[in-house]
Order: sequence, then C-alpha cells, then structure tokens
Amino acid sequence: MEPTVKKANYYFPEKEKRKRKSPEWEAFKKNKLGVASLVILIIFCLIAIFAPMLMPYDPLAQDMLNRLAGPSADHWLGVDPNGRDILSRIILGSRTSLIVGFGAVLVSSLIGFGIGMIAGYKGGRLDDIVMRFLDSIMSIPLLLFGVMVVVALNSSMLTLIIAIGIGLVPGCARVARGSTMELKEKEFIKSAISMGASDIRILLTHILPNITGALLVISTLHMTTVIMVEASLSFLGVGIQPPTPTWGNMIQDGFNFVRDQPGIAIYPGIALIIVSVSFNVLGDAIRDAVDPHIKKQRN
Amino acid sequence: MAQNDMNNTLLKVKDLKKHYPIKKGILGGEIGAIKAVDGVSFEVKRGETFSIVGESGCGKTTTGMCLNNLIEPTSGEIYFNDKQVSFRQKKDFQEVRKNMQVIFQDPYSSLNPKHSIQRIISEPLVINKMGTKSEIEDRVQSLIRLVGLDSYHLNRYPHELSGGQKQRVGIARALALNPDLIICDEPVSALDVSIQSQILNLFEELQEKFNLTYIFISHDLSVVEHISDRVAVMYLGKIVEQGTREEIFNDPKHPYTQALLSSVPVAKPKSKNNRTRIVLEGDPPSPQNPPSGCHFHERCPVKIEACKKAYPDMREVNNLHKVACHLVSENLSITTQ
Repeated sequence: MEPTVKKANYYFPEKEKRKRKSPEWEAFKKNKLGVASLVILIIFCLIAIFAPMLMPYDPLAQDMLNRLAGPSADHWLGVDPNGRDILSRIILGSRTSLIVGFGAVLVSSLIGFGIGMIAGYKGGRLDDIVMRFLDSIMSIPLLLFGVMVVVALNSSMLTLIIAIGIGLVPGCARVARGSTMELKEKEFIKSAISMGASDIRILLTHILPNITGALLVISTLHMTTVIMVEASLSFLGVGIQPPTPTWGNMIQDGFNFVRDQPGIAIYPGIALIIVSVSFNVLGDAIRDAVDPHIKKQRN
Repeated sequence: MAQNDMNNTLLKVKDLKKHYPIKKGILGGEIGAIKAVDGVSFEVKRGETFSIVGESGCGKTTTGMCLNNLIEPTSGEIYFNDKQVSFRQKKDFQEVRKNMQVIFQDPYSSLNPKHSIQRIISEPLVINKMGTKSEIEDRVQSLIRLVGLDSYHLNRYPHELSGGQKQRVGIARALALNPDLIICDEPVSALDVSIQSQILNLFEELQEKFNLTYIFISHDLSVVEHISDRVAVMYLGKIVEQGTREEIFNDPKHPYTQALLSSVPVAKPKSKNNRTRIVLEGDPPSPQNPPSGCHFHERCPVKIEACKKAYPDMREVNNLHKVACHLVSENLSITTQ
C-alpha cells in the first residue's frame, strides 16, 4: 500500500523539530511600553526576592535621634516617625505587595478559571446556577469583602490572599466562561467529541491552550487590583499589622506628618503607583498582542 | 464496489427527529419547536456514497450530526451494523462514534490551532489508546502519506498549511481509527474549485482502498453528481425524494428536485439542450411553523388541491427511486418545464 520509493527531503529533514514561533510573543515584543513595564516588574520581583541583601538598614530598627529626618547620604529617602529607614522599609514592603498579589491572583485563577470553563462548556442549568452565585459575590465591593473577612478571621497574609482571591473569582470565571463558550462551537471541539474525547481532555488540551491569552490578560489586570486593595486594607489598619512594613501602612505612618515631611507618605506611594501602573500597562499590552482586533478598534 | 456488498446495510435511520424547543419567559415554558429534522428515514449500504442535498437550513447538517450524537436527536431509531444505537447511554454511542468519523466543512476551524499536525492526527489514536507511542507514530506517518502530504508536514501547525492541505489533515484524522462510515459535512465547499476536485478524487481513492462508506452532505449538486451512488433531497427537515444518482439527476420526480437541478450552472449557457431554469418564488418557510399539507406547496409550480391538505407519503416510483409528492401518488405527470 505504501510507496516504497524513499523520498529525499533535503530541505525538510524529517526529524527536525520546529519550535513554533508564537505570533503573540512577536507582537508583544514590538510594544515598547509593554516590554518596559515587564522589565520594571521583573526588577521589582528581584528586589522582593533579594530584599534582605539590598536593605541598607534593618527596617525594624529604631533610630529615634534621626526621627523624621529628610533624605540624606545615610538615609536616602529619610527616616519615618518611628526612626526607621524608609528605603529599607519600601524594599521589604515590596515583598508583601507582590506575595499577596501573586497569591491572590493564583487563588482566583485556579478557582475562577476552573469554574468558568466548566460552566461555559456545560452550559444549561449548571451554568445558570453557578453564574448567578458568582454574580452575588461580585455585588459585594472587593474592599468591603476584604475588611469583612479580615475582621471576622485575622489579618494574616494567608487570610488576605484567600479573601481577595475569592473576591476576584467571579471576574476570572466570567472571562473564562465567555472565551470557552465562544470556542466550544468551533469544529475542532466537535471533532474531538466525535473521536470520543472526555470532557476533561477537551477542556484541558483543546480549550485551555486556546484561551490562555485572555486568561493571562485578566490575571495581569487583577494584580493591580489586588495590590491596591492590599495597600488600602493596610492603610485602613486592617491589613498586615505593624511593625511588618507594607506600602499601605507606611503611607498611613506618614499621613500625620504630610505637611512637615511629605516624603514619608509619598515614597511608598510612588512605589505602589509604579508597580500597579506597570501591571496595568502589561495587561493592556498582552491584550493587544493576543487580540489585535481590539487594538484596531481603539485606534 | 463488490456485488456482494450491495445488500449489506451499514446504517439504517428510521424516523429521525430533532426539534429545538423555543422557550419563553423566566420559567422557560415551551411555546413551540423548530423542527430542524422532522422524520427522516434512509438506509446506507456498505461501500456506497450516500449524499444528502438541500438548501441552507433544510436540516441536512443536523441530520448528519445526529447520526453520531454530536447533536442529540429528539426521537428516532438508528441502527449501525444492525445494532440499535442508544443515544442516552454514553458507552453505547462512544463505541459507535469510533466507527463513524466526521469531516467538517471549514478546514480553518476544524483543526486546533495550538496543536501540531502530528498531534492532531494522533489525537484519536491516543484517546482510544490504539497502541504504544511508537506504533502511533508509525500510523501517523502512514496516514499523512495516504492523504498525499509528506512527513515534514507533521511538525507544522495548521496556520502554516493551505486550505486544501488542512482538509487533507482532517481526512487523515478521520481515517486514523479505521472507521466504517465517514460523515462528510460539506467537505469541499470552503475550498477552491481546483482543490475541490483533488479532494474529491482523494475521497474516491480512499473509498476504493478501504471500502469506506460516505455520507456526503452538500448543497453543491455538481459535486454530488460526481461522487454519489445514491442521493436524498431534503426540504424543510424532510426527505422529499431519494434514489440512485442516475434516477435523481436524469429523472427527477419531485418539483423541488426539478427546481434544484435546474439551478445548477451549466457549461454552455447558450446551448439549446439545457434544462429550463425553474425559478421558485418566495423563501423557504420557517421550520417553526411549516405550511399545512406538503411543506413545499406554497412555492410549488404544479400544486393540486390535495397538496394543501395532507403531507404526501413516500411512494416508490421504482425500486431505486422514492418520492413524496401527491402528483406521483395520483399518477399525474409532473412537468414543471
């Protein structure tokens, strides 16, 4: 049955494994703002990881003689009302923001994407029930939800991660559901069904790889939300408790001294803005790369 | 086709129905149904090509998808290899699905864009655990050559192939499980005419090689005339006429079939031997609310009183040809021309 003539494949060696060039990544690389924000975020992650080595002073040590001192050669960003070095505290504070950020996004992604994909794929009554339930969670403002949970339980980092994470589940589920519903009408899904593929196999190998772009966008944008909510909770005094430095409670510390020494509140604020704006820009850049259609409409 | 295969029925469909309920209000009360497929019966013999033709929305694709439960039928009986297929039991229809593969209309959306061709073709083998990794690899290698592609295509991704090549991959995938029956849902309508003929020839070659049976769903009558052994014409969810290719194309009985055939573009428009063009008036009626009697009577150029009252039964013209038309039942001559 098979042709026995061996074909010469000079140009296309059979065993050659070609790596697929991702068109999304190519498009992303052209977006300068997106790349810049990615670089900034990588730098902040490195700062958070190597914080103990980078801190010039112990962020908890109090030097009451220099209390409220302005920026100087010794203390680059000055000293806070309790005599602690602000730069060191900002460096250590980046850990809190990023850990809570990544943790909560991980929680919301795992739960939300799973629920959303199943609801979108199965449809029908299951979809109705699940989505109405998630809508009811969505109706509670995230900050209020965080305050409620933290007050009811405790204000550890884990509680914060879970509370904010659950608050973001509906958003994740909506995106995953919408993308899944759009995809499940495609013929390659029907073809997989007719081959006898199980639902789990279809969801994991056929649907998930084709919606990762949309999921990545919503997760990146959620990072901004989580970091802002965490900072707000700390600012309100219900987040991570002092003396552990977080950008939110540092702003709170400087709040009473804004007139004399505005830097105490402003510097952690600047760090907060850089990180959250970077995540936002990164999210937009990924969206443009994944779905060029949207970009065209906007311009 | 071997003579002894002629009487060997592979698939038998009896009174297949698919009604989509129309729901209204928050309680979802049913206020009616769209009768996409409304009582379709036919038989397909082993090794033949059975075509279903009809205009858009007549239910031909729905019929095809009902056969392997991609769309769950509302009612009806389907016998595959003389065994009734139960659509309520997953184990049952999973077994049938293996022997009944589908080739889809749009090669651009029928291949997963994130999977390599290697992975796409091996997918049915992996799902059904057909052999070890190296056995599957060998099988994929032979499949890709079988459909006229080369092994270097295996490392490519769907967006790197042309439409015709993609459709070949779709065919290789459908062949992977050695199915008895392949449901071709307008497999060439998305392709260029030159590519269409290549793919049709491939279908014929493969049929000879593996004694495949095709159910060929199409609206393109010239393609159907080329490839079919038998043809069924559908109108508004029902088969109005079925018979061998020669009977249907040379001696169409139903006025709808006659109109349909007259719409085929011809090679020499000015030649005097051409069929006269029959122009039907109006649009196909809504399947939600079909006309009384024969569904076609509102547009039929030769209708009689009986057409408004009752839906005509399927009558045999001869043992190769069946038609549902009152004029045939009453032995009136049908000449719309």
